[in-house]
Amino acid sequence: MTEKKKTVNKKAQPKAKSKPKSRIPKDLTIRVCVGTGGLAAGSKEVIEAFYAELEIHGLPPCVEKKCVNKTGCRGFCAKDVLVDVIIDGELSTYQFIKPEMVNRIVNEHIIGGNPVTEWLVGPDYHVFHDKQTKILLKQCGQIDPEDIEAYLGIGGYKGAGKALSVTPFEVIEEVKASGLRGRGGAGFLTGLKWELCSMAKGTPKYIICNADEGDPGAFMDRSVIEGNPHSVLEGMIVGGYAIGSSYGYVYIRAEYPLAIERLETAIRQAKEKGFLGKNIFNSGFDFDIKIKQGAGAFICGEETALIASIEGKRGMPRSKPPFPVNKGLWGKPTVINNVETLSNLPSIITNGAKWYSSIGTEKSKGTKVFALTGKIKNTGLIEVPMGISVKEIIYDIGGGMERNRQFKAVQTGGPSGGCIPASHIDMPVDYESLIGIGSMMGSGGMVVMDDATCMVDMSKFFLSFTQHESCGKCVPCRIGTKRMLEILTRITEGKGKEGDIELLLELGTDIKLSSLCGLGQSAPNPVLSTIRFFRNEYEAHINDGICPAHVCKALRQYVVNAEVCKMCGKCFRVCPSGAITWEPKKKAAISKSKCVKCGACFEACPFNSIM
Amino acid sequence: MTDKQLKITINGREVVCGKEDTILQAAQKAGVRIPTLCNDNRLEPYGGCRLCIVEVKGVNRPLPACTTPVTQNMEVRTDNDTITRVRKTLISLLLSNHPNDCMRCEKTGDCGLQDLSYEYGVDGKRFEGEMWDLPIREDNPFITYEPNKCILCGRCVRICNEIVMAGTIDLVGRGFNSMPDTAFRKPRSLDNCEFCGQCVSTCPTGALTDRKGRGKGRSYEMKKVKTTCSYCGTGCNFYLNVRNNKVIKVTSAYDAPVNQGNLCIKGRYGYDFIHSPERIKTPLIKKGGSFHEAGWDEALDLIANKFKELVDKHGPEKVGGFSSSRCTNEENYLLSKWVRCAIGSNNVDNCARV
Repeated sequence: MTEKKKTVNKKAQPKAKSKPKSRIPKDLTIRVCVGTGGLAAGSKEVIEAFYAELEIHGLPPCVEKKCVNKTGCRGFCAKDVLVDVIIDGELSTYQFIKPEMVNRIVNEHIIGGNPVTEWLVGPDYHVFHDKQTKILLKQCGQIDPEDIEAYLGIGGYKGAGKALSVTPFEVIEEVKASGLRGRGGAGFLTGLKWELCSMAKGTPKYIICNADEGDPGAFMDRSVIEGNPHSVLEGMIVGGYAIGSSYGYVYIRAEYPLAIERLETAIRQAKEKGFLGKNIFNSGFDFDIKIKQGAGAFICGEETALIASIEGKRGMPRSKPPFPVNKGLWGKPTVINNVETLSNLPSIITNGAKWYSSIGTEKSKGTKVFALTGKIKNTGLIEVPMGISVKEIIYDIGGGMERNRQFKAVQTGGPSGGCIPASHIDMPVDYESLIGIGSMMGSGGMVVMDDATCMVDMSKFFLSFTQHESCGKCVPCRIGTKRMLEILTRITEGKGKEGDIELLLELGTDIKLSSLCGLGQSAPNPVLSTIRFFRNEYEAHINDGICPAHVCKALRQYVVNAEVCKMCGKCFRVCPSGAITWEPKKKAAISKSKCVKCGACFEACPFNSIM
Repeated sequence: MTDKQLKITINGREVVCGKEDTILQAAQKAGVRIPTLCNDNRLEPYGGCRLCIVEVKGVNRPLPACTTPVTQNMEVRTDNDTITRVRKTLISLLLSNHPNDCMRCEKTGDCGLQDLSYEYGVDGKRFEGEMWDLPIREDNPFITYEPNKCILCGRCVRICNEIVMAGTIDLVGRGFNSMPDTAFRKPRSLDNCEFCGQCVSTCPTGALTDRKGRGKGRSYEMKKVKTTCSYCGTGCNFYLNVRNNKVIKVTSAYDAPVNQGNLCIKGRYGYDFIHSPERIKTPLIKKGGSFHEAGWDEALDLIANKFKELVDKHGPEKVGGFSSSRCTNEENYLLSKWVRCAIGSNNVDNCARV
C-alpha cells in the first residue's frame, strides 16, 4: 500500500499543474484518520465538514456509499489531521487539515480536479513511510476500524479460519517455525509459550491479551486496537484454539476509552458473524472474549499482577515459578500475549511461517512497532524489520535531528530500558543486541535525545516514573528505587557527594538482583546505562557543579560563545529578565547576576552559541 | 524415599524433601536456617522481603527460597558473597525508613528486623532519605499500630485474609507510601475487626503490638507458661507471659497441634479475669439467703447428697445432664458417663447448637 501511495501521489502532483477539469468524480474515497491523535487534532470536525461540503455539491449518494471513511492511525501523528483523497484510483494525501480547509479541497480538487498542492504532504511523509515494513500497521489508516466488512474485505479472519481447519498442534508448530517472539518486552517465543500451556494440566484454560500499555510515550498497542481491532481478536482466536482455551480476556487500561469502544464494537460484530461464540467458523470450537478494564496501575502490565487484577485482587505481582502457563488466572493454565504479538498472528497463519521468518534477523523475526519521539524531526509510530540499525531509524525514517542538533543517545524500552549512545548508532535493533548494551526491547518506546538533553535528568525522569509505579510489595523496588531517585535528585540540584555514583551502581545492581518482578529488576537500567556511557556528565554535576546540557536548573550557567555568535539578537529579545546586553552588530553577553536560568536564550539561539 | 519425595542438596548436604516443598520449607525441615521477614509457615508464600534469596546452580540470578519450588537434584547454596551483600543492602534499605528507636520499642528482644540487623552488622546510616512520619494509632482497645515501624512484609494482611478471613486490613496506597490499613483508613472497631490479634502475633517488628501489655516488660523478662485456653472445647494452646507473678499478655504457641499459634479474641485478650478482684476462687454455698465460701469436699458432698435425694424421691429419669461447649470432648464424655452410670438416666445433652 505504501508503494502504491508513493507512486500514485507522484502522478497526482504534476496533474495539479495540468488543465483544470470540472467534473463530479465517479469513484471517490476520502480517508480521514480517527485515531486518538487524529481526533485530538480535530478529525471529527473535518469529517463533518466533508459531509456538509459534499452535500452542497450534490454528492449525497457518495456519502451513502461511505465514500468518507474513518480510518485508524497511520503513525505520522505529527502531521494530523491527515486526509487521503482517492479519485478514480489516484491518491493524494493532505496534511494538517482543518475543517475550514475542506471547502477548498472539495471545490478545487474533487470538483475541479486540481489538488491543492500547498497542502499536500511533502517528501518527508513518503520517506517516513518508505523505509518501514508494515505488517501490523498496514491496515491501520486504510480501513474503517468500526466496520467488520472493511476488515473482511482485506482478507480478515481468513487466518483464523485456516487455523481452525488444521489441528492445534499444527498451529503451534507454524507459530514456532515463524520465530515470533513476545512483543511485550521480554521476547519469549510465542509458539513455545503456547506449547507449554497446551501441555499444562488443568481446565479451563485462558488466553489473555495484555493491552495495559503504560510506558511513557508508547502507544503502539492503542493504535493497533483503534486502527484494526479485529486483527487482535483474530490473533486471540488462533491462540485460544492452539492452546485449547475457549475463554479470552482483553485486559485494557481504562485510559484508552476509544480503543475500548472500538474493541467492544469489534467483539459485537465478530459475534454476529459467528467468529466468536459457540461453534465458531462451524468448527465445533467455542471461543468468547471479555474485556476487563484496568484501574490505572502501570504494574498491572506485569502478567502476574494483571492476573491478580482480573481476579479482583490488588494488582501486585507474585514470584514465578509457577508460571502462568501452568498456574495463571484462577489457578488455571493461562497464556498472556501482548496486543502486538497477537495482531501479528493473522498474517503469519495466512502467509505462512516461512514468509514471516524471512523478515528480521536470525533470532529476532518479523517487524517491531516503535513509538518514535524526542528531539527528532518525524515523530510517530513506525514499523520496521528487526535488525534495522539505529541510524536508519533516526536519520532515514525520523528525518534526522530536530534543529540539526547533535544526536546524543536514544532511550529504548522506556523506563525499563537503557540508552544507546551515539557511538553505537550502527547497532542493529533486535532483542539480543539491546540486552547486550544494557537496554531492552521493552514495549517499543524510542526517545531520541540531542546534546541539549541531560542524561542525569533523563534517568531521573524514568526512575521517578518507576518509583511512582512501584506496587510496594518488595523491599528493593519500594525503598531502593526511592533512595536512588533521592540520590539523583540531589545530584541534579547540585548537592551531589563524592561516592554518589558508586552508591547508585551498588544499589542499582542489588535492586536488579533481588527485586520480585520485571519492574524492579529493570528500574535501575536507565541509571546504570547512563552511568556506563555518560559517567562524565554525572561527574560534572557532582565534582564541577555543572550540568553540561544546561538542563538542571540549579547548575545552569549560561554564557555566549563569542566565536559562534552571529549577533542576531534573538536571545536578547526572548530574555525575560533583561540579563542579556546586545546591540545590532554587536555580540551578546549575559549578566550572571540578572540571569534567572530559564533557558529561553539557549532555546532561541539558532547557532548554538549559548552554552 | 517415596514417590512424593525428592532429593536436593543444600550447602553440599543431601536433603530429602517433599515434592511440593519450597526451598525454604525443605531447608527448615533439614534444620538449615535461611533469613526471612515475610514468611510465616501458616501463610501462603509471599516473596516480599527478598531476604531469603539463595543461589541455585544453573540459575544466573538469586532466587527467593520462600516461593521457589524444589526440583529433583537441585543444588542450593544459602549464602555466598553476593547474597550476603544483597541482604545487607536490603536490611539497610528497611532501616532507612524505620525509626530505629529500639531502646524504647515494645518489640526489642523479640524483633525480626533487630535480630537481622545484629546478625548482618547493619545500621540505618547507609541510605539517607525521606522517612515515614505517621502518628501512632491507638484508636481501638486492643491493638497499637505504629506505621513508621512497618516493613510491609504483608503478614498482618495475609493472616487477616487467609486464616481469619475477616478482611479487616489490606495494603492501601502505592509504592513507597503503601501500608496496611483498614478500608478508608477507619479506626478498627467491632464493625470491621474481630480483634483476634492474629495480625499482632505475626508482625515481625514493633508495628503492631498488644495495647494491654505495652510498657509492662520486655519479651525476655517474661516467664512463658504454656497452657490450654479455658474458653471453649477447641483446646488451643498459648503462652501466658508472666512477670512478677502477674499475667502481662498472651503470646502464640506455634507448635501447638490444635491451633498452630492461631487464637481468637477470647484466647488472646480475654485474660483480665485472672487478676480480677471479682474472681470467684472457692466454691460458694448458699446459707440463709447469702453465699458463703466453702471447701471443695464440702461442696461436692452437698451436691452428691442432693442428687441422691432427688433420684430416690423422683426416680433417675427425672434427672438429666447438660454440659457446656466450653468443655473438651473428654469432659463431655465423662459427663454423659456419669449421668448414665452414676445417675442411671439417658437424659444427656450439650449446649452446642446452631
